[in-house]
Amino acid sequence: MASISDHDTPKRRGFHPGMLLSDTRYRGLTFQFIALIAIICIASWLGWNLMRNFAAAGLNFSYGFLDNPANYDINQTLIDYTSRSSHLRAAIVGVINTLLVAIAGCILATLIGVSAGVMRLSKNWIVARLMSVYVEAFRNVPVLIWILIIGTVVTLSGGAPRDFLTRGGSVEPDRGLFLGSFAFTNRGLYAPAVEVGPGWPIVLGALVAGIVGFFLWRSHVKRTLFNSGKLLPVWPSWVILIAPVVIAELALGSISFIRPDVAANNFNIQGGTLIGKPFIALWLALSVYTGAFIAENVRAGILSVSTGQTEAAAALGLRPRRIMNLVVLPQALRVIVPPLISQYLNLTKNSSLAIAVGYADITATLGGITLNQTGRAIECVLLLMLFYLVISLTISGVMNIYNASVALKER
Amino acid sequence: MSDTHAQSVAFVRESFIPEQAPPARETGAIRWVRHNLFPTIPNAILTLLALYVIYVLLSGLLPWLLGGVWNAGSLSECREITGAGAGGCFAVLTERWNQLIFGFAFPQTEYWRPLLAFVLLFVAGAPALLPDLPRRLLILTALYPFVAYWLLWGGTILTPVSAFLGVLAGYFAFKATDRWSFALSLGAAVVAAVAVWWVGGWVASQERDFLAIQRIQSRDMGGYMLNMILGTVCISLSLPFGILLALGRQSRLPLIKYVCVAFIEFVRGVPLITLLFVANVVLAYFLPPDTNFDLILRVIIMITMFASAYIAEVIRGGLAALPRGQYEAADSLGLDYAQAMRLIILPQALKISIPGIVNVAVGLFKDTTLVSIISMFDVVGMIRGPILASTDWNGVYWELYGFAALLFFVTCYGISQYSQWLERKLATEHR
Repeated sequence: MASISDHDTPKRRGFHPGMLLSDTRYRGLTFQFIALIAIICIASWLGWNLMRNFAAAGLNFSYGFLDNPANYDINQTLIDYTSRSSHLRAAIVGVINTLLVAIAGCILATLIGVSAGVMRLSKNWIVARLMSVYVEAFRNVPVLIWILIIGTVVTLSGGAPRDFLTRGGSVEPDRGLFLGSFAFTNRGLYAPAVEVGPGWPIVLGALVAGIVGFFLWRSHVKRTLFNSGKLLPVWPSWVILIAPVVIAELALGSISFIRPDVAANNFNIQGGTLIGKPFIALWLALSVYTGAFIAENVRAGILSVSTGQTEAAAALGLRPRRIMNLVVLPQALRVIVPPLISQYLNLTKNSSLAIAVGYADITATLGGITLNQTGRAIECVLLLMLFYLVISLTISGVMNIYNASVALKER
Repeated sequence: MSDTHAQSVAFVRESFIPEQAPPARETGAIRWVRHNLFPTIPNAILTLLALYVIYVLLSGLLPWLLGGVWNAGSLSECREITGAGAGGCFAVLTERWNQLIFGFAFPQTEYWRPLLAFVLLFVAGAPALLPDLPRRLLILTALYPFVAYWLLWGGTILTPVSAFLGVLAGYFAFKATDRWSFALSLGAAVVAAVAVWWVGGWVASQERDFLAIQRIQSRDMGGYMLNMILGTVCISLSLPFGILLALGRQSRLPLIKYVCVAFIEFVRGVPLITLLFVANVVLAYFLPPDTNFDLILRVIIMITMFASAYIAEVIRGGLAALPRGQYEAADSLGLDYAQAMRLIILPQALKISIPGIVNVAVGLFKDTTLVSIISMFDVVGMIRGPILASTDWNGVYWELYGFAALLFFVTCYGISQYSQWLERKLATEHR
């Protein structure tokens, strides 16, 4: 039994090897040392196998193949690409396509998810049930099956482009253009193309200025309200947002929309942009699938704000609209946003299933055709993982900043 | 009473008015419809829209389901029977049922084995999943992996028996040395188990035909059975690995902590399909040149890695949600790290994590369909490959995809309903 005086004047005993296991001060070091040795052993075993396999197959580790011509076509590209372009360019096309479908998907998924989540909480019995069916149906079936189903729907729908043709205005077409500018055919969706003329930086600048002004006015309204109790109107913010860009565009006319032309010749629709079916299929499938998950997050977020908060706000005399904006939403968003962002991340990762509908994203170009043509499996898969890793870490970095900024200030 | 009022008030009612029935529009079904379907004009519009959507869905689905053809040899025969009707061609399901469920190479005479394994899965799962059953029945759960392995892959019974004996030997070695130190007893358990496995492996390789049933290659497995195998194996394997990773991430030892953090963040940052590419084309480069790992095993390894990173994050949440007092109480009782984790922390943390773990499990089970992309013939692979490519059934999309969706829906919805039931059950025990 150690007495108190022993603790006050500890005897300086020498170090002996047994303490490596028995003394908590050193035991950690021992375990880490064992772990380090184990990791080095495993890593060098894998590396040694890799070297032997490479030597046996006459391969080496090199990214030289990225400069070689790709020799394959890609059906939808946002940048110039031909089959003579390099593998690197094919990979870049894939990256852009991935980002395109991911961003478009996140926007549509948010719209679908928020409306479905709110409607699922609605007092309207039939709407709430319908939304429950939607959410459960999409959450419990694999995304790959939904991509295939929606891909088949999109592939089988749409008429031939010639149904839309007017043959130089001589005949009445079988189908008219939707809003005079959209035609969904079996080749894809013909939509107006955007063409920018001289002076476009001014229009863009006006747009940016409008957005900045929008937020400045709103914060001004809030400041005046908090400082003086006077409530300024909110609607001028919309004028500030829209007016500059409209005026600049009317004055300069530098941005024009080119509609698909159904009268140009007798064979096909000319002009406009053709949005490919694979993109539409993947975009819809990912959005509707992820929307079901977002709906659940939104519902949980709104339910997490206790009714006492709403009642307290009502007792203070706030109107329903303002209760929602000032009391419920800020608290609900704190719960909704983190899982929402991780759903965006999931959508981006799920977009790697593009290969199932033939959309040329990074997995289909770099991880698919390039890998199969060159046989550079390790290099391609490594690059592919790196790309997704960079996106994931960026998004989770943004999320951490947001979480830190809205975290409850605890004592 | 009336006298007092008579002085001050002109008229006082002395009796109650007989109760009247509420207005017709405020009772029964009418009231319900008014309040739940048409309370305001926007709501009424929404209701009508919803009714229209339901009408469109049902008018498409019902004739398709009810007028379906269940017996025909090919799509063209189906079309002959239905004529101009909208009936679906469900004959593909009856004709290709075995392929959809078992894959196209699984020997027909052995179908009873996966079916038996499937039924036994419920028997073995029940003690672990239903808290009311006696704990003693857990021995069934412990036996199940060996039985299921033997039923599915076949071969001599000596292989699973010796594997089980190895685990048993490890368990008793652990119990025998448990008093001294956790690390020591763990080492003893590993040594005992490996020794038994080594001997058992030798015996099994000598007596290949002792009580043997037909050996089945992994590549012959397919259909929904493959999804079930991958899902069950990977989820059960990823639980222990996930717990280890979560503990490692909480560790005070920097090396172990950062290795775990790097692993978890890496795996969670890449899509599963890239990991499956690794299993398919890359992993072979990192193994000794003459090894011939079969694809299912490689895929199981990668999916298990994937799932354990997600499970680790869920369990980390559970560990973080435990009050600090629990950790301090364990310390003040004089328990060492292994004892504190085993007896105090993990039982509570795991209980908190159940909903999250079930979410990961459902997600993982759905993700097993991704193996069809690396040309394995699970249920989606069977549909996209052999069935839709055959001349008989080319073009029967809705029936096949609908069937696959239904299979997954039933399984996943069942799992999530079970999890909610379990949550409610565990929650009431605290009240």
